[in-house]
Amino acid sequence: MPQAQSHADFTQDHFTLFGLPQRFALDGAVLTQVWRQLQGAVHPDRFAGATATDKRLAMQWSTQVNTAYRTLKDPQLRAAYLCELRGAPIHAERNTAMPAAFLMQQMQWRETLDEARGAGDTAGMHDLLQTVEQARCQVLERLATLLDGVPQDEQERCALEAADQVRVLMFIDRFRQDLGPLAMRGASQASHPAKPTHPAA
Amino acid sequence: MALLQISEPGQSPDPHQLRVAVGIDLGTTHSLVAVVRSGVAECLPDAQGRVLLPSAVRYLPQGEPVVGGDALAAKVDDPHNTIVSAKRLMGRSLADLGTELHLPYRFADQPGVVAMRTAQGLKTPIDVSADILRVLKQRAETALGTELVGAVITVPAYFDDAQRQATKDAARVAGLSVLRLINEPTAAAVAYGLDQAAEGVYTVYDLGGGTFDVSVLRLTQGVFEVMATGGDTALGGDDYDRALASALAQHAGLGEELDAPAHSRLLQAARSAKEFLSDRPTVRVQAELGPGRRIDQTVSREAFAGCTQALTQRTVTLLAQVLADAQVAPEDIAGIVLVGGSTRMPVVREAVRRYFGREPLVNLNPDEIVAIGAARQAHALAGNHRDDDPLLLDVIPLSLGLETMGGLVERIIPRNTTIPTARAQEFTTFKDGQTAMSIHVVQGERELVADCRSLARFELRGIPPMTAGAARILVTFQVDADGLLEVSAREQSTGVQAQVEVKPSYGLSDTQIADMLQAGFATADQDAAQRALHEERVDAERMLDATRSAMQADADLLRADEREQIHAAMAALTQIARGDEHLAIRAATEHLAHLTEPFAAQRMNRSIRTALAGRSISSLADAAPAATATAATTATNPSEP
Repeated sequence: MPQAQSHADFTQDHFTLFGLPQRFALDGAVLTQVWRQLQGAVHPDRFAGATATDKRLAMQWSTQVNTAYRTLKDPQLRAAYLCELRGAPIHAERNTAMPAAFLMQQMQWRETLDEARGAGDTAGMHDLLQTVEQARCQVLERLATLLDGVPQDEQERCALEAADQVRVLMFIDRFRQDLGPLAMRGASQASHPAKPTHPAA
Repeated sequence: MALLQISEPGQSPDPHQLRVAVGIDLGTTHSLVAVVRSGVAECLPDAQGRVLLPSAVRYLPQGEPVVGGDALAAKVDDPHNTIVSAKRLMGRSLADLGTELHLPYRFADQPGVVAMRTAQGLKTPIDVSADILRVLKQRAETALGTELVGAVITVPAYFDDAQRQATKDAARVAGLSVLRLINEPTAAAVAYGLDQAAEGVYTVYDLGGGTFDVSVLRLTQGVFEVMATGGDTALGGDDYDRALASALAQHAGLGEELDAPAHSRLLQAARSAKEFLSDRPTVRVQAELGPGRRIDQTVSREAFAGCTQALTQRTVTLLAQVLADAQVAPEDIAGIVLVGGSTRMPVVREAVRRYFGREPLVNLNPDEIVAIGAARQAHALAGNHRDDDPLLLDVIPLSLGLETMGGLVERIIPRNTTIPTARAQEFTTFKDGQTAMSIHVVQGERELVADCRSLARFELRGIPPMTAGAARILVTFQVDADGLLEVSAREQSTGVQAQVEVKPSYGLSDTQIADMLQAGFATADQDAAQRALHEERVDAERMLDATRSAMQADADLLRADEREQIHAAMAALTQIARGDEHLAIRAATEHLAHLTEPFAAQRMNRSIRTALAGRSISSLADAAPAATATAATTATNPSEP
């Protein structure tokens, strides 16, 4: 048997797997449609009566398709993935340096949130939500500029700058998460930035 | 026993007739088996015409266990030997038990899987479930006149890994091959979705005897996508019985001093009263609970609603949580499906109606709907698959993670992730020269390990001594389509592959299962060697069948010499399978499997290309819908304007 063709190709990038151009701008509806079509072809349920080899391959492919879908669907993960493809990995756990102005703004958001929550000020919460959404939109627009339609020789430099924007987006998304469910529960809770990376020895 | 017929290539009987698979709803209070015959899914009745098999098993000192209605009838007089609600104990150890400890069983004080002392010795919930499954399997094989190729068994969406594993173990002990475990609400949606060709976001509210599940599913173009799921594995109709029983006892001035038989009688009276109240506004409850202990009260619907209010409210709270997880509002929901006998209670229907502001769907029997959906899925999985069959894309119900320093949980796979899935994360050593690492796998949403469920403990050994933080240990979580987890760990920085030892905290070891299977054969009076031969022949036939259809579809991917090799291996296997040497049959099957491995990979690649090619057609339609939309492209894309 020809060895070259005998193994499933898991090395292709997620965009190629989905038959989509390597861009940040993406139609979510098309992405979801392709995901369903691919799962229709590779899901283990389509191979329940098949051989052990077919079942194993189906599980690997189906897993891969789900991973690609999850990565491409979320703007933050998609941008991070594009940066990585273009040689600028995010390394969020190692690279925590953020522009001072952005950190100041974050602290201010947190203060506003605590105050609004403490006073039960729903209008204030709403205003804050608007502000955060606006900031997020700006970052997403910036990312689209840095990642799409950039000439080849500019790509790496732009990807490095995009990686900084992704780190900013990570902060904003975490803040949004705190804002969303807690806004309804009305409880104040600090964020959990640092995660331990050592399992129990 | 009827052996499957082995036939010449190209002369096999209609494969569809060989492949009968059933759907089984293994419920807390009762269980059902259903099958698709001539395109129609139906529940199979027993000889007396009863579809529901009470999930009760009574162990007598001698003879086969008594399963079903006769066992249930003995519950009051023989509570220690009559196991009901075994599902509540699945995948649990004695230390896990909370309210279940009030069940009138003699729990054995032993680590690992919980076990009960009966007249037939120690019985685990897996044994009890296996006895129920055996009866359903027998019922189906008698009704269908053929051996089953397997079953789809439903589990509450909220079941954790240990509970799912226990369910699969029970099926293995009963000699049933599990084609897939599917979530009960998903099965219910399959039953409804197919009958009504529905599209949109649906909520399934499933209140059974002992478990409560809510799922939010999106149905689009034949794909069922679970958006979020939640619930409580220890909340159900039984709790309503208990709440009413305790209100009745309190009203009659009776305390906790009731003995087991009296308590069972009181619960029985409460249950009957509850069921009666589904049709009438009031009920008179009378029960003799021993000398001087008597209950004679009239209960109104309002009084019943009052004493069970906390339970109903809890279901509504969980319902709201799951909708929030799915990021949908009650008004976004296209339909509400009610599942489980407990949704017959007017108090429950009223609560659901009030929450959504409209009537739930009730046109299918809430007791049968899950088994019906499972049967449809079993039919498709058994190889009767057509391209237009719906596809279930299910999610894991609970987050999976690892214990890190300080007893904190590091989440690896968040809940509601579509399965199958795999995630890897890097960890490092904590001390200089550390050569081993203990990895503790947990499941749950809380931040402290102590508040989550412990699934397994691993030891990764043979890490080369390095300074603290230098080792790079990649821990990979893989969850398969049944929602079952496998964890592996590998030290990366030196390329040394260290071995991982898996020690499940719960569930059964392979040896235990083998022992239980052995016991099963003994009672079934079946020779183990004959069984092995039979199984190898079934495997051989399956392999031949699969290869035959693969060659029919995609032989053009192979060179002439490759085709010849495969044909030769098929002929050899067919020949050997006629003989009685089960090891020779296995070797020939494995040879064919090995030979066709690259072919399988190529076929998978082709099917992915085909799927993408299908997409470009509909994208064209997207680009210019008005000009080029033909009947065919509109059909693939009905929701597009």
